[in-house]
Amino acid sequence: MPTQPITSETMPKEHYLNADYGIRSWLLTIDHKRIALLYLLSVTVAFALGGAYAVLVRLELLTPAGDFFTAENYNKMFTAHGVIMVFFFMIPAIPATLGNFLLPMMIGAKDLAFPRINLLSWYLYVVGFLVTLGALFVGGLDTGWTFYTPYSTAFANSNVVAAGVGIFISGFSSILTGFNFIVTIHKMRAPGMTWFRMPLFVWAHYATSLIQILGTPVVAVTILMVAAERLFKFGFFDPTRGGDPILFQHLFWFYSHPAVYIMILPAMGVISELVTCFSRKRVFGYDFIAMSSLAIAVLSFLVWAHHMFVSGMSVYAAMIFSALSFLVAIPSAIKVFNWTATLFRGSVSWQTPMLYAMGFIGLFLIGGLTGLFLASVGLDIHVTDTYFIVAHFHYVMVGGTIMAYLGGLHFWWPKMTGRLYPEWWARVSAVLVFVGFNTTFLPQFILGYLGMPRRYYAYPEEFQVLNVMSTAGASILGVGFLLPIFYLAWSMRYGRISSANPWPATGLEWQTPSPPPTENFPRTPVVDEEAYDYTRPPKEIALV
Amino acid sequence: MWQGFPLFPEQASSLAARVDEFYIFMWLVTAFFTVTISATMLYFAVRYRRRRADERPGEIHGSLALELTWTIIPLLIVVVMFVWATLLFFAQRRTPDDAMQVTVVGKRWMWKLQHMTGQREINELHVPVGKAVRLMLTSEDTIHSFYVPAFRMKMDAVPGRYNETWFRATKPGKYHIFCAEYCGTEHSGMIGWVYAMEPTDYQLWLAGGPAPVSLAEMGQKLFAERNCATCHTPQGAGRGPVLNGLPGSKVLLQGGEEWVADDTYLRESILRPSAKIVSGYQPVMPTFQGQLGEEDLAALIAYIKSLPAAAGDAAGRPSSNVPASK
Amino acid sequence: MSDAHAGPLRHHFATLQQQKESATLGMWVFIAQEIMFFGGLFGTYAIYRYLYYAAFEDASHHLDWKLGAINTGVLICSSLTMALAVHAAAVGKGKQIAAWIAATILLGSIFLGVKVVEYKEKFDHHLVPGPKFHYVPHAEAARAADPEIDRHSQIYFSLYFMMTGLHALHMIIGIPLLAWMGWRGWRGEFSALYHSPIEITGLYWHFVDIVWIFLFPLLYLIGHH
Repeated sequence: MPTQPITSETMPKEHYLNADYGIRSWLLTIDHKRIALLYLLSVTVAFALGGAYAVLVRLELLTPAGDFFTAENYNKMFTAHGVIMVFFFMIPAIPATLGNFLLPMMIGAKDLAFPRINLLSWYLYVVGFLVTLGALFVGGLDTGWTFYTPYSTAFANSNVVAAGVGIFISGFSSILTGFNFIVTIHKMRAPGMTWFRMPLFVWAHYATSLIQILGTPVVAVTILMVAAERLFKFGFFDPTRGGDPILFQHLFWFYSHPAVYIMILPAMGVISELVTCFSRKRVFGYDFIAMSSLAIAVLSFLVWAHHMFVSGMSVYAAMIFSALSFLVAIPSAIKVFNWTATLFRGSVSWQTPMLYAMGFIGLFLIGGLTGLFLASVGLDIHVTDTYFIVAHFHYVMVGGTIMAYLGGLHFWWPKMTGRLYPEWWARVSAVLVFVGFNTTFLPQFILGYLGMPRRYYAYPEEFQVLNVMSTAGASILGVGFLLPIFYLAWSMRYGRISSANPWPATGLEWQTPSPPPTENFPRTPVVDEEAYDYTRPPKEIALV
Repeated sequence: MWQGFPLFPEQASSLAARVDEFYIFMWLVTAFFTVTISATMLYFAVRYRRRRADERPGEIHGSLALELTWTIIPLLIVVVMFVWATLLFFAQRRTPDDAMQVTVVGKRWMWKLQHMTGQREINELHVPVGKAVRLMLTSEDTIHSFYVPAFRMKMDAVPGRYNETWFRATKPGKYHIFCAEYCGTEHSGMIGWVYAMEPTDYQLWLAGGPAPVSLAEMGQKLFAERNCATCHTPQGAGRGPVLNGLPGSKVLLQGGEEWVADDTYLRESILRPSAKIVSGYQPVMPTFQGQLGEEDLAALIAYIKSLPAAAGDAAGRPSSNVPASK
Repeated sequence: MSDAHAGPLRHHFATLQQQKESATLGMWVFIAQEIMFFGGLFGTYAIYRYLYYAAFEDASHHLDWKLGAINTGVLICSSLTMALAVHAAAVGKGKQIAAWIAATILLGSIFLGVKVVEYKEKFDHHLVPGPKFHYVPHAEAARAADPEIDRHSQIYFSLYFMMTGLHALHMIIGIPLLAWMGWRGWRGEFSALYHSPIEITGLYWHFVDIVWIFLFPLLYLIGHH
């Protein structure tokens, strides 16, 4: 069969997983690969929790009346879904798991620049997550993940400050990860690994890290201001005390818009890697894809007020943000064209990672293009704060990022664990995810245009049919997401043993055993060729 | 069949059709690119399917010509989108001069609407078809958002300021009002109806029910209830300045500054009387902060504006405001 | 996992030079992040000062600019002693490092002490935002210039406490870091070859100083001629 991965008889004798045993060796590790697995476990827990809340939300929305939960509980549930998914899954998922694991290896380094800070990042994530969960479970939070003022500062009777503290702490996890990546990419590349020989996955993470360090602090200080207003009655956002509630929106979205690019850029980096390997051809337009990542990072800071078109802003301000929001779509379009062109005259394999990559391209097209609907002020006025928005961002975040995450997880699973996942089950899951996802969210575009607002737990009867369709899709999607948890766990013990380079793919991470030794490479690699050279057979690996 | 499965809300305003046209255009562009690119991708994936495990296709680095093409063409397309959408936006923001005004106050969890002719409505808005309606939106507490899908119209109601939007209903009927900015527990209950009526029906509605009290008449009632006349007499013999003819004129404040007595000044003087004391008067007026809502204030201001100017009132207002006791 | 094995070179770095450069770049990246962190507050300050200038000017006069100036001088001196500590580390004079660090910590503590005095004074004069806030304008004409001065001055003081408070917090975090560096210096861990930790701590301290140099005129000197 032309697309079977290359297996091996035995695992390497010594690798990073068996280098040391015991809980302390994991909780005190400074090995970026172990830290990546710690993150993998944590974000999976977060995803499961966030997903559970989504299920509850969709259950309530089966009927027009608010008959399943009370209004307060529903509001707490959609808030919990948003807070957990945004801050504790979407932001860290790819960078902290795949990025942590692969970045040093892809550039031929032994570890990140600051391994202990990397571990600190994980602890900050966990502490932040626990604090936030405490706030969500004990009493709850009902402000929505966007916690707009003055509702959050002067009216909400829920754990705003506690949740804010948790998110604040986890923000520093994100900042330190970005900081670590930037220094690593600048300073730790192996001899011969010039900037333009780096894998596009690395470029994507570099751009992401820029956003992480420059954007996250702004939301951090905004959270502090909200806390100060609640606790000490400072009046930054309170009109009865001279403050301006819209100022909050500016400060909040100044981070939160770039944040969505923190979520999508790493995903795009993954897709570049998948498309090239499974077309067995170098990525078309490498320079353009690399530069477009940087362009997205810069432009992402200039468009935030497109979330505020109906807040009462001046016509001129709206025009400027609208124009810039259209502009930020162009670099993403460039990537999509280049990925498609990569398949031309390639040798295309339909294995699971490629299924996810192809799914990404289709769904990201819809998600990204519906973003243009929202950049159009005249149309945004009608659809903002409706289910159209909900559909749009789920298309890019789930149809985009999560599909890339799953594709990447499957692609590098043999590298991380030394085992192959079961291909048949993986393909079934991919199809379930694709079908379930579209069934869930395509109806929501229609619902939004018909006028159903967001964050409604009861709605007019005429919206029921589409809501039922959406909930039905969610149940399929849920199964598609659950299956990998089971078969990936299963594969760690019973999966076929993978060779060092099962696909095979180019890239330094594949030139070392699967799983890799703790120091990644027996000898520091020296790079003398461009990335993605598929004209030659993969290098022989000396298994020490 | 479409009745059973609508994709659009009714088109009930002058701009709704334009919004829908643009929307359809956007979906056509989206469908075009999604389908063609996905089809191309799938075609390549099938046509160039791996047939042998050791296949090694040739190298293609890229093509500057293609990069330029697929950068410039999307750029041109988004320029078209931007121009079209912005022209639509201008129309949405340019309130016609002949618009009738309705003040809308959002409050958890209801909409309070006030016509200039005095009608007050809760969660309902009766308007005549064919007439432009200007909505002045504000909130008493959190941010709300007044959304009428059938008009393709939405604008936030923000505490501490007024936001303006407008519409012209084109079809009689009953249309949803939704609150579209999350505001707490009963956010989904903060809904209502716009009743667009034929002009004749609208006149009937205006005339029907108890004789509507004009804003100024409401103000007169409040003025009496709150004993404002105790200090503010038309002859100037009380402890407070004369209010007849005051709106729009200049007052001399303590400290020598002159100030124009506009609506904001009047409103402020009721809520924070010590802010701008008229020269020659003592700061003895009590504050009505917390006792009067926005509608009450609007009514009082309307009443003060309706007072006939004092006889012999020439250009120099301050002279007629010399207090009785000096 | 141990970092004492081959002297200061950590296992994942190829050379000491690479390690040093990484540490320095890291600190600059961190400072960029800190600039954005304070940036949110400076942005808020700029907006409200533009909107409520008269109130801000009057409220600024409630601050004792002399104390502020003293604190500015103290902090600048502490940057000097910090730089001298780093220099001592570069030439490997362990005891001197500890001495200069001690001086830096002393000056930093004086700064914080003065801040405590200032904060207490605000508390006594009911200038802490909240239910007990009660504003008495500094200048007679202030209330005429801005009838809403009670509300707007409260915004000013909210910003005052938030910005100086965050700044003070950075100093409170910095002082133990300095003490740690001083201790390491005393133990002879720094030399011409290896003194990155104290260098980047110095960078951090200078950054905290620079933030104050912006805060002082923006908060204390509005309208002063």
